[in-house]
Amino acid sequence: MAHEPFIARGFHRRSPATPEAVRLPPGQYETKDFPVLAAGPTPRTPLAMWDFTIRDSDGHSARWSWDTFQALPRDTPTVDIHCVTKWSKFGTRWEGVSVDTLLAAAASQGVASGLFVLAFCDGGYTTNLALSDVTGGKAWVVFGYDGAALPPEHGGPARLLVPHLYFWKSAKWVRGLQLLDSDRPGFWEELGYHGRGDPWREQRYQGDP
Amino acid sequence: MAAGTPGVNSDIKAIPEAEASPRLEWRVARVVAVRDETTRARTLVLDVPHWPGHRAGQHVDVRLVAEDGYQAQRSYSIASPPEDATVALTVERLDDGEVSPYLVGELRPGDGLEVRGPIGGYFVWQVAAGGPLLLVGGGSGIVPLMAMLRHHGRADASARATVPVRVLYSARTLEDMIYHVELEQLAAPPLLDVVLTFTRNAPPGWTGYRRRIDRAMLEAVSWSPSAGPHAYVCGPTPFVESVATLLVELGHAPSLVWTERFGPTG
Amino acid sequence: MQTEEMRLDGNAAGGILRDVFTHEMTAALATCAGCGALGPVGALLEYGHRMGIVLRCPQCDTPVLRIVILPGHFRLDCSGLLRLTIPTKP
Repeated sequence: MAHEPFIARGFHRRSPATPEAVRLPPGQYETKDFPVLAAGPTPRTPLAMWDFTIRDSDGHSARWSWDTFQALPRDTPTVDIHCVTKWSKFGTRWEGVSVDTLLAAAASQGVASGLFVLAFCDGGYTTNLALSDVTGGKAWVVFGYDGAALPPEHGGPARLLVPHLYFWKSAKWVRGLQLLDSDRPGFWEELGYHGRGDPWREQRYQGDP
Repeated sequence: MAAGTPGVNSDIKAIPEAEASPRLEWRVARVVAVRDETTRARTLVLDVPHWPGHRAGQHVDVRLVAEDGYQAQRSYSIASPPEDATVALTVERLDDGEVSPYLVGELRPGDGLEVRGPIGGYFVWQVAAGGPLLLVGGGSGIVPLMAMLRHHGRADASARATVPVRVLYSARTLEDMIYHVELEQLAAPPLLDVVLTFTRNAPPGWTGYRRRIDRAMLEAVSWSPSAGPHAYVCGPTPFVESVATLLVELGHAPSLVWTERFGPTG
Repeated sequence: MQTEEMRLDGNAAGGILRDVFTHEMTAALATCAGCGALGPVGALLEYGHRMGIVLRCPQCDTPVLRIVILPGHFRLDCSGLLRLTIPTKP
């Protein structure tokens, strides 16, 4: 039965800032907040126990402790981020290590490359990405946000940052990357979200072109 | 399907009492009246067409659709008892909210409002379930507890007498206490006790509690676990989790502690 | 603001659970496949995630039920759910 929606008299969305049309992907609106979305409780790994691992399917891995990770060359990307729940936030400032740096170091330690990566995190969250989506200056493992240490509710001590894709790919509380030859859906992907998640093509759900 | 079809167990009968719950449909309710409870909280009295009735503790979903198609949806506890023909929701305005400022500030009698419900089968109480009944509310968490209390008040005297009630209600100041006049009028110790605690500013001359609910306060207010009280706890998430944990630490069976979290501010 | 302050419980998922299961679900009893804990769906912890409903075991945090509303579908992941007992009479 078709149902004409009842229009609530006088209701409208909270007025967003005037969107800059070029910067806003289709279906998104700009927010000045930084909404916290979590699929589970905040993990609280002490830095002394934290490590970051890149491993392949043959059992080779490269591992950094917090201290050795902090000693790596770092970038300070300023990027727009886009959540599949339709908010976009412009000009977010981060500090971290490029995934290119990490993959190069891993390769020099004998870790085999792969076509795909599965990011794995404290709390069990995972997300999958094509290698081409985390290389060439497109992705970082960040530990600083807006000039300060990344707070736990936003993924601290460190999270993945892949701003050209929907923000669920920027996995919070990331602990490593598994290199794979075939794609393996992560937490939201196995529930029907798109494998790639390009906001400029509105790839929200599996089956979106 | 023919008898003797291979693979079909014709001995399986349909479950006789199984009935799908009435389908949850969006209905356009009419606002009959609005009533300000505090400077931030307002009760909306709704006439909901084909309302199937509800149980104290249940909630409704409210949906607002703007002219440009933008939609927002929230859940609100029903404040009225099942005995009322109309459905009352008490909404507290969140300053940076999107839906609550509309419901508290804009909606007026005669307007339509899309609702669906009633929803909930866990956080519910009726007189037949018995007691004693301990209702612990923080902030707007008092709303579903008030539905339970009002339902208790509509039962006949002999039924009411079998269920003593104690209400423990925590709010920042008297101005934040929803229904405080009605609560004071309902109080009739020892069968119905109302205990208030203020966490920021108590009214002048106040001799009662002036702090967050803690173990000592719960122990003093509640019945002993051996009396098997049914405890319903509602309010902001940190409040609910703290109180529920304390009740279990005091020896109350977890299966007799029902919780409903309202999120960061409730 | 910590994510724990924002978490709700199975009561908040009552509407969508009715849509999926056609029965009132918050009083249904769920056994967690992670730790075996048994409790009402209304007491599962709901992480307010607008991407989908994630109901976690209050004892061990295993996601017991995950529901996403997709175009034309509900997708339900029950890998953390061992057993579900749904009352058929209120």
